[in-house]
Amino acid sequence: MAKKQIVSVQLNGKAVEEAVEPRTLLIHFLREQMHLTGAHIGCETSHCGACTVDVDGQSVKSCTHLAVQCEGSSVLTVEGLAQGGVLHAVQEGFYKMHGLQCGFCTPGMLMRAYRFLQENSDPTDEEIRAGMSGNLCRCTGYMNIVKAVRYAADQLQAQAAQTKKEAA
Amino acid sequence: MIPPAFEYHAPKSVPEALGLLGRLGADAKLLAGGHSLLPMMKLRFAQPAHLIDLNRISELRGIREDGGDVVIGAMTVENELIHSALLKARLPLLAEAPKLIADPQVRNRGTIGGDLAHGDPANDHPALAMAVDASFVLQGPQGQRTVKAENFYQGLYMTALADDEILVAIRVPAFAAGTGWAYEKLKRKTGDWATAAAAVVLRLGAGKVTHARIALTNVAPTALRASAAEAALMGQPLSDTTINAAAAAAQAVCDPAADLRGDRDYKTAMAGQMVKRAIRAAAVRCA
Repeated sequence: MAKKQIVSVQLNGKAVEEAVEPRTLLIHFLREQMHLTGAHIGCETSHCGACTVDVDGQSVKSCTHLAVQCEGSSVLTVEGLAQGGVLHAVQEGFYKMHGLQCGFCTPGMLMRAYRFLQENSDPTDEEIRAGMSGNLCRCTGYMNIVKAVRYAADQLQAQAAQTKKEAA
Repeated sequence: MIPPAFEYHAPKSVPEALGLLGRLGADAKLLAGGHSLLPMMKLRFAQPAHLIDLNRISELRGIREDGGDVVIGAMTVENELIHSALLKARLPLLAEAPKLIADPQVRNRGTIGGDLAHGDPANDHPALAMAVDASFVLQGPQGQRTVKAENFYQGLYMTALADDEILVAIRVPAFAAGTGWAYEKLKRKTGDWATAAAAVVLRLGAGKVTHARIALTNVAPTALRASAAEAALMGQPLSDTTINAAAAAAQAVCDPAADLRGDRDYKTAMAGQMVKRAIRAAAVRCA
């Protein structure tokens, strides 16, 4: 067994320092060491997107990323989305628009939608499909997922407009 | 699936990485985006004792202009290529084609250098590099040398990159004014490798083809430059006859492996179709 290394990360806004084996994948670090079981292990080959988390402001498939590579990084998982007990707009969207059935893909969908809507705040349905194309769902047929992301986009735009109005 | 144990190294500079590579030798593998290497390690197809992670070497990232060339750092990721204003202006093929590679998350990690150096014929950048006449800058203990894309690939997963060298940059002459370009890729779904794909770079003058580069993805043990297909177009007007002749010449050099994407005949036929589509799409873009 290779020697463990210390990694320091900002995990959901909290400073964390942990010893990990170099071969520990980010997904296993999150689930087994930090007990954050939101991100799911699906295909393990970077196809399905169920393990998607946010690393330094980018969507990353945590099954194909080493925990040691996150040294100094900021990592956000689905557990860090809701603030003060209030669901994030993407979570509300998936709830209101029934963007899930079994829910296995949902944490990855939420984390990708969260980042995608910061890359493109006013997407067309086609852009939503392209932006979410790294996440597979085997239940919904995707229609309600597109609606959920659309709902979240509208909510976030309304929130931004409100903030701007209040600032003026 | 968990990769076998290894020692992890994260050098901050190319000389530091070369020093590690020289010391650790054949027991070490270079880690770029990791989306080929880590899955291979999970499956025990690769079991390096050491991983040298190139992600902390900032000099390997970024896209710059150097005279008439565009120089792309080997660790530049696909999404950086897609959003590069410089590539859009000078080499739009290299900004457009990566949209057909993998998916949004993987494009945040996957690098042009990793894609090129891996030597997998299913990767898209090798044929693109041949079509744009790219040169690869390889750095070793004795300094740098440059190898043309079309001379780099020797066989399945075999390249001109020596064990003690690192691919540090890709150097590409900017497109001349009026250059048309296209990458046509047939794939079953997002994230899939090509059943067959063709990259075409074209220039026209007085209604005739004055420049043609055609290269193919995933229809042989390496990416292929289809020189005979280029010759079928040179000096000719573009017509059904000349385009069909180019496609037939491209099909003649195909040597694909049958898999779930299709048998050899199907893949070869699709390579011909991709060549036809790419020539037509490139011609529309010729000024």
